[in-house]
Amino acid sequence: MNNFSYTKVSNVQEAISELDGDIRNKIVAGGTNINDLLKYFITKADKLVDINPVSENNSIIRLDNGGIRLGALHTNADTAYDPIIEERYPLLSRAILAGASAQIRNMATNGGNLMQRTRCYYFYDINTPCNKRDPGSGCSAIQGYNRIHAILGQSENCIAVFPSDMCVALAALSATVNIMGPNGERNLAFAEFHRLPGDTPNIDNNLKHGEVITSIDLPRQGFEKNYSYLKLRDRSSYSFALVSVATGFEIENGSIKEARIALGGVAHKPWRNTEAEDFLKDKEPTRENFTAAATILLEGAKGYQQNAFKIELAKRAIIRNCFMALNPESQRPGAKPSL
Amino acid sequence: MEPKETHAITLNVNDTNYQIQILPWVSLLDVLREELHLTGTKKGCDHGQCGACTVLVDGKRILSCLTLAVMKDGSAITTIEGVADGENLHPIQKAFIEHDAFQCGYCTPGQICSAIGMLKEGKAQTREEVQELMSGNLCRCGANRGIINAIMEVKEGGCHE
Repeated sequence: MNNFSYTKVSNVQEAISELDGDIRNKIVAGGTNINDLLKYFITKADKLVDINPVSENNSIIRLDNGGIRLGALHTNADTAYDPIIEERYPLLSRAILAGASAQIRNMATNGGNLMQRTRCYYFYDINTPCNKRDPGSGCSAIQGYNRIHAILGQSENCIAVFPSDMCVALAALSATVNIMGPNGERNLAFAEFHRLPGDTPNIDNNLKHGEVITSIDLPRQGFEKNYSYLKLRDRSSYSFALVSVATGFEIENGSIKEARIALGGVAHKPWRNTEAEDFLKDKEPTRENFTAAATILLEGAKGYQQNAFKIELAKRAIIRNCFMALNPESQRPGAKPSL
Repeated sequence: MEPKETHAITLNVNDTNYQIQILPWVSLLDVLREELHLTGTKKGCDHGQCGACTVLVDGKRILSCLTLAVMKDGSAITTIEGVADGENLHPIQKAFIEHDAFQCGYCTPGQICSAIGMLKEGKAQTREEVQELMSGNLCRCGANRGIINAIMEVKEGGCHE
């Protein structure tokens, strides 16, 4: 790690003033990703601003609109095991528990989960070119080993994927990210929080320097009756997704009233296409309809030398997860396949 | 590079208070091993991938390699040196011996601290769930069957305080 100074703050305003809009001043909360990035000299910091004592952001509260507010500093484990989340948003609970290890979930915070960076091998290897780490240096993955890389939304500058499981569920649930900055509060729809790489793959999301995530709001609809999170990976636990799918249905009289499908492990952000969800609306939950929705979701997918298999894998995972969502009891620990 | 300041912190490790001056970038793992000479906690990957450095902070299992010591000022930490009751081994320690739950032993302190934390969390009911919730601790010797057998025995015996 490079040598940095450290300060602890007790409220968000203090955090914003310590950050002072300077990219070399970094927030630390759970530390599970930033401390690792610092050790590899991928991230360099002048100052770490420890926001853990900001107690107002460390809770789960009910909102007047029937939704739930997740504190940015609430840990992933405490969120996944919170009785309200387990009961009303089991999709979120399942997705969180499919990610990382128990120790990391005990440390990692909800805000930090959104801010984690890609696990692209070349991003982590400072001896190789990487446009995300070192803009303009080139992408080593496009011609390199790209088994874990993107098939959707990538650019000629970057084919890295966003590695979170939790965020795939938050995307499916249409969460909102609440942000505080030097100019006050603002919020972003979850789909607007993370971004595609385009010409600036060094920028992961639309949070500005000097801003702090304070909480994440879940709308009332939690799809608690028909949901499933399926995660496919090379090792059956404690590994990042090759492909993951978060699915929620509202089913009435045998037909789909509302559908949500989000994909993880395939793009620079959790991947949703409302066209596929609209297609399923008022249709019966059949293999034929699920297959058609999967085809819409994978439209425009492009594979590389080692990851082209992901296109078919993602299609099959979507279809399988639709069936699992019809029968959530079929899910196993760690979001393993069950049918 | 301008010199950066040290911080005075207090750590309660295995029921003993330690007051130390620390630079902000020093990990809790390095403090335990290099400053306090509690070398039971192991450095495996040092990147949060193997679980060998698992300790309990305020009762919760965490990775000491990804934790900055300065951020744990005032916390109570339990390492492998603190899990036994005097000469009486912790039930998980006894079960590890009975079930031959190790070969080289390098991952063992992390496995034991993790298992104690997991049983305290109370979320694993079945063997499959225990395996899933212990997946953050790798054993390269392949003693996993013995490890899970040991944990299951203690879990089913109901004695894991």
